[in-house]
Amino acid sequence: MKVDRPPSYSQAAHQGLDNPCLQRSLRSLQARYGQGALALWQALPDPTLRNRVKARRMQTLARLDQVLEQLAVNIRARGGQVFFAATAAEANNYILDLARERGVARVVKGKSMLSAEIGIDAVLAAEGIEVVETDLGEFIVQLAGSTASHIIAPCIHMDRQQIGRLFADRLDIPYSDDPPTLTRAARKALRRKLLTADMGLTGCNLACAETGQITLVSNEGNIRMATTLPKLHVALMGMERIAATLDDQRDLLQLLTQGAALQKLSTYVSFVGGPSRAGDPDGPEEFHLVIVDNGRSRILADPEFREVLACIRCGACLNICPVYGRIGGHAYGSPYSGPIGAVVTPLLAGINRHADLCKGETLCGACRDICPVEIDLPRMLAALRHKLAYGDANWQVRPHNRLEALGFKLWQRIMTSSVVYEATLRIIRNLQRPFIGPKGMIGRLPGFGGGWTRGRDLPPLAATSFRERWRQTHGRNRADKKKEVAGEQGHGE
Amino acid sequence: MPGQTTLTLFIPCLVDSLYPEVGEALVRVFDRLGIALAYPQGQTCCGQPAFNNGYQREAAALARRFIELFESAEVIVCPSGSCVALVRHHYPELFRDDPAMRARAIAVGKKTFEFTEYLVDVLGCIDLGAVFPGRVTYHDSCHLARTLGIREQPRQLLRRVRDLQLVEMEGADTCCGFGGTFSVGYPEISLALADEKIEAIVRSNADTVVGCDISCLMQIQGRMARHNKNIRVLHIAQVLAAGEHS
Repeated sequence: MKVDRPPSYSQAAHQGLDNPCLQRSLRSLQARYGQGALALWQALPDPTLRNRVKARRMQTLARLDQVLEQLAVNIRARGGQVFFAATAAEANNYILDLARERGVARVVKGKSMLSAEIGIDAVLAAEGIEVVETDLGEFIVQLAGSTASHIIAPCIHMDRQQIGRLFADRLDIPYSDDPPTLTRAARKALRRKLLTADMGLTGCNLACAETGQITLVSNEGNIRMATTLPKLHVALMGMERIAATLDDQRDLLQLLTQGAALQKLSTYVSFVGGPSRAGDPDGPEEFHLVIVDNGRSRILADPEFREVLACIRCGACLNICPVYGRIGGHAYGSPYSGPIGAVVTPLLAGINRHADLCKGETLCGACRDICPVEIDLPRMLAALRHKLAYGDANWQVRPHNRLEALGFKLWQRIMTSSVVYEATLRIIRNLQRPFIGPKGMIGRLPGFGGGWTRGRDLPPLAATSFRERWRQTHGRNRADKKKEVAGEQGHGE
Repeated sequence: MPGQTTLTLFIPCLVDSLYPEVGEALVRVFDRLGIALAYPQGQTCCGQPAFNNGYQREAAALARRFIELFESAEVIVCPSGSCVALVRHHYPELFRDDPAMRARAIAVGKKTFEFTEYLVDVLGCIDLGAVFPGRVTYHDSCHLARTLGIREQPRQLLRRVRDLQLVEMEGADTCCGFGGTFSVGYPEISLALADEKIEAIVRSNADTVVGCDISCLMQIQGRMARHNKNIRVLHIAQVLAAGEHS
């Protein structure tokens, strides 16, 4: 039996690097939104805003159980249903049972990363239920049989010519690559689905405990329509996506829409707090909020990683990350791509399984600078690598690479003695001779060094090191005592 | 000012072994300022490769050694932003369970300075009398710019160099793609980032690219050498040490 293994991080990264359309799109995305968000933060009227919002967010996470309880009580009081799902399977079963009981034949979706995380689409499809994405980007990706490659811009890997061919093929329209024409075609197709759907399935950008409502931000209006047209609205919410008070929520939403799309406010901001009632006739007949844990409790319990739950999924880190900007979102093999994906995917889906995500970044720190809630992702990448280095019982991590571990043990031996270090330099100087090319650089190395020389030259070790040169000009000194140092090293005029 | 403080050099392993001329340039700059120098012979590496790969025990062994070797110094100066960032910001983390060592780590971190930071922020020396004919663009190294916040100091120094024209490249603070062992573990991604950096350098029409971290410069130089690009790659110490002096 042939098993299709998903491509590795490096393989998928290679595909991204070789895709000129993706390269063009990501460049313009990053130039506009990445640089734009940085400029917005620099021009914030209140420079302490991000720091304060982050502090409030961490305070809320510290009493998340109480805040979620308050949310549930408030929503139930309005006639809504709240279900706490410990796992993806529990969430999927709840929604599937509901769909069966209500005889749902068609589900229209609002954009939800969590729905991709738990895999609800496949569960519903297996039951013969039609699932239609209504966010334009997600709709395109779904038509193409692909997956989202950006948290906010799912089809950033496609250009309008590709979308034009896709629509001509799948929507039976004449080929066009004119964006308004394509948008009208999508609108027409989606409107039919929205009007005949039995269930709307959305995500939740942010809930508010104080008022007992969830909030959805969007720019097309389709997500809002998915919450109001079908009789039944089910919202999926990651258990950390909650603000304690309406004030907190306002601040967070502001940072979210600015970080995501440089908008002070998105075109639509929908508050959904329950089904329609007497005197409040808008909304669906039934409202269900499914609050999903699926590994988040474990993150919450670990002080080293709790901070990642402060994320509001604005995608700004994708818009600045040099690695994401070259390889694109599919390389991450998860609905969560970019720097946030590199931290959250291993934590949710397995650190060993996603070791490449932990190790495949440069730790440049651009994501930390751009994050609206100042999450220190590089710190957590280093912490994940620490778990991979030695293994970790709490997270069921096995040591990732015994050879690498041995290499660092050896390296420590060499570097903790300057005598051994100098002897090693002498040995390498002799060994490197055959590798030095006519221009004085090393162009090809075996083994581990081959990773460097695949596309780069390496300068050889210098014939004399700095320390040897220092000894020649200054003599051997004992620098471990301050007085002697000062006495011996009168150096200037 | 001269003769008051003895400055202790930490010359990172890559400079010591691959680019000793950078260390020598540093010595020339401080000689010219009349500052007494010390160089503890036992020094090797700050531990960064281990730390960045998660090998915190090995990194802590190197950190302990660094602290023991340098804690008696008045001031430690190092021509590498990433090494200084490790000492100042991450050494204390490595000893989170050992309050005494942690305190020693913090103390050493407080007196460890990056080269241009020390010149500009501590000594207040911006004009070193250097002469360097050329059109120079400056690459911001990530840990130098983002962790230490050192962006203006190197530019201030370069602007005062005679015959040097400083031109900004696009995305001067975009990562060069080195990332330590990332460069050999994920060479294709690393090279793609290097190529983007080199395109920006070329577009700036500079004949020389200057930085404060030899690791980034090795990445840029190594990639340009492969493609026979005729652009000089120099550490800032080499530029500041250049020229005729009385």
